[in-house]
Amino acid sequence: MTAAPILKLDNLTMRFGGLAAVSDLSIEVARDSIVGLIGPNGAGKTTVFNMITGFYRPTQGSVLFDGHEITGMHPHMICRAGISRTFQNIRLFYNESVLENVMVGCHVRRKSKWWSAPLGLPSFREEEKDIRSKSMDLLDSVGLADSAHEKSGSLPYGAQRRLEIARALATEPKFLLLDEPAAGMNPQESQELMAFIRDVQKRFGLTILLIEHDMKVVMGVCEYIWVLDYGVKIAEGGPEAIQSNQKVIVAYLGEEYVKYAES
Amino acid sequence: MNTKARNFTLNLLAIACLVGFLHWAHTSFDGYKIQVLNLIAVNAILALSLNLIYGFTGMFSLGHAGFMALGAYTCAILILPSAQKQIMWIIDPLIWPLSVINAPFFIAVLAGGLVAAFFAILIAIPVLRLGGDYLGIATLGFSEIIRVVLTNLNFITNGALGIKGIPSYANLWWNYAWLLLTTIFIVRLINSNFGNVLKAIRDDEIAAKNMGINTFYYRVLSFTIGAFFAGVGGALLGSLITTIDPMMFRFVLTFNILMITVTGGLGSITGSIIGSVVITTLLEWLRIVESPMTIGSFVIPGVPGMRMVIFSLALILIILFRREGIMGMRELSWDMLFSRGKRSRIQDNKEGETR
Repeated sequence: MTAAPILKLDNLTMRFGGLAAVSDLSIEVARDSIVGLIGPNGAGKTTVFNMITGFYRPTQGSVLFDGHEITGMHPHMICRAGISRTFQNIRLFYNESVLENVMVGCHVRRKSKWWSAPLGLPSFREEEKDIRSKSMDLLDSVGLADSAHEKSGSLPYGAQRRLEIARALATEPKFLLLDEPAAGMNPQESQELMAFIRDVQKRFGLTILLIEHDMKVVMGVCEYIWVLDYGVKIAEGGPEAIQSNQKVIVAYLGEEYVKYAES
Repeated sequence: MNTKARNFTLNLLAIACLVGFLHWAHTSFDGYKIQVLNLIAVNAILALSLNLIYGFTGMFSLGHAGFMALGAYTCAILILPSAQKQIMWIIDPLIWPLSVINAPFFIAVLAGGLVAAFFAILIAIPVLRLGGDYLGIATLGFSEIIRVVLTNLNFITNGALGIKGIPSYANLWWNYAWLLLTTIFIVRLINSNFGNVLKAIRDDEIAAKNMGINTFYYRVLSFTIGAFFAGVGGALLGSLITTIDPMMFRFVLTFNILMITVTGGLGSITGSIIGSVVITTLLEWLRIVESPMTIGSFVIPGVPGMRMVIFSLALILIILFRREGIMGMRELSWDMLFSRGKRSRIQDNKEGETR
């Protein structure tokens, strides 16, 4: 791959007691690409995300982001460095409005301190206004501007997914991790999602790494794919190479089924 | 913006009405009613401070009595005349710098809040790593420790004898001015994006961390600001009833504040203010049930503490049938009043001082 990867995982290992959820994983993600991480249930994909975003401290190995070591840093520092993510089971701030959810995302880039709020300093008011308009712009770009003042919990499922992405974009990331963005979507919605992901990548100049079970989505948007099984990388390559990889087919369908199908 | 100017004017009008009412109350109410009004203001300050910690940031804290005690003692020692200090400390004389220091009432109340806030930071750093019920137990323990320490620090607090004859500076004007200050401070904080951050931590701490929020910092911050206003409330209370001793700051005091906050609505500023009006008035009014009663030929002797039984029942009923309290997470605001027909939407406006 290219000379300066934006993200480099080096022999990353995560053990929970005797169980190695991820072992010796090495990945290099090229800048400005859309790439995928797939594998059967329990393969350790989300664990990889949790290690990259600082929720787990890897047992071994290191994470390099944009040339800097970020292994074991706190999640909020990793977000500040420019990595943002969405969650497999959507985690919005359900008691807050759609707009407020995105505004929370803007917080990490703000400059004024908390005490300027009760004092009502001009610089604080200015920044508050900026945050509001920036959040509205983001909502506009994901098509949620009309429901800005609704409670986020009242949105339909697909809109909640888009809101979560808008909120992640509000932190001004360089690298975006999407954990099963198409989960629970019908074919029409996942078709739209693919266009949306490509659009976001282009417009914000991001690198996107996604976990996905919907093979149409994965094969449709990803330029490069890594396959995990039982925490071990079993294959990597472009969509076509992955689709015809024997190991991958076995991992998904089971050895016996493949033998049965061949005979 | 048009609505902004309108709300600002209405806020000023509401404050003017409050001032007018207080002036009227000051001249024509009897001492008992004025005392109830004073208690309403102090309880509202305390409920708001607890609401910031529990309602908006989601930290179940039971340490309010401790912070109030710190504020009350600090303020009392600062406003007590030096001559009186020499007479009153019988067991051990008051130690040197404190025995001569005096401060104006405003500074003394501020100092009370600051001392409470200082101890809040000390306790917050180890304790706020806990969550949920564990935090409640730890802060309750802290509150009890404060009380025991105050009982034994004879050379500062006069031990179990307490401090008597505190100058009663805390009149209607002081109490309501502090309430106004507290309300403006907390409303501005909550309605800013920092308020959104606190609510985000309450709703989903993991997602908040992921959004680049240093959740621990903001939890400590919210806890400290809450403790500051608890200290202010305690200081005002001490000057209001002119006598403080360690037994006053038992768990029951925290419980009363918690009751007001929960009844008013966790996460609602107006709820806390309405709650303190309702609960404080009811608590006084229910004193009837503690006096001897004659129903037909039955004579029921007065049972002290009977009103607390009724109140506990009321709290159980609230939790069973209206968990979100009077206001829930909603606010009573000018926008809401003006757009009553429309669906209640989340307002981004400063609520009016309705009291």
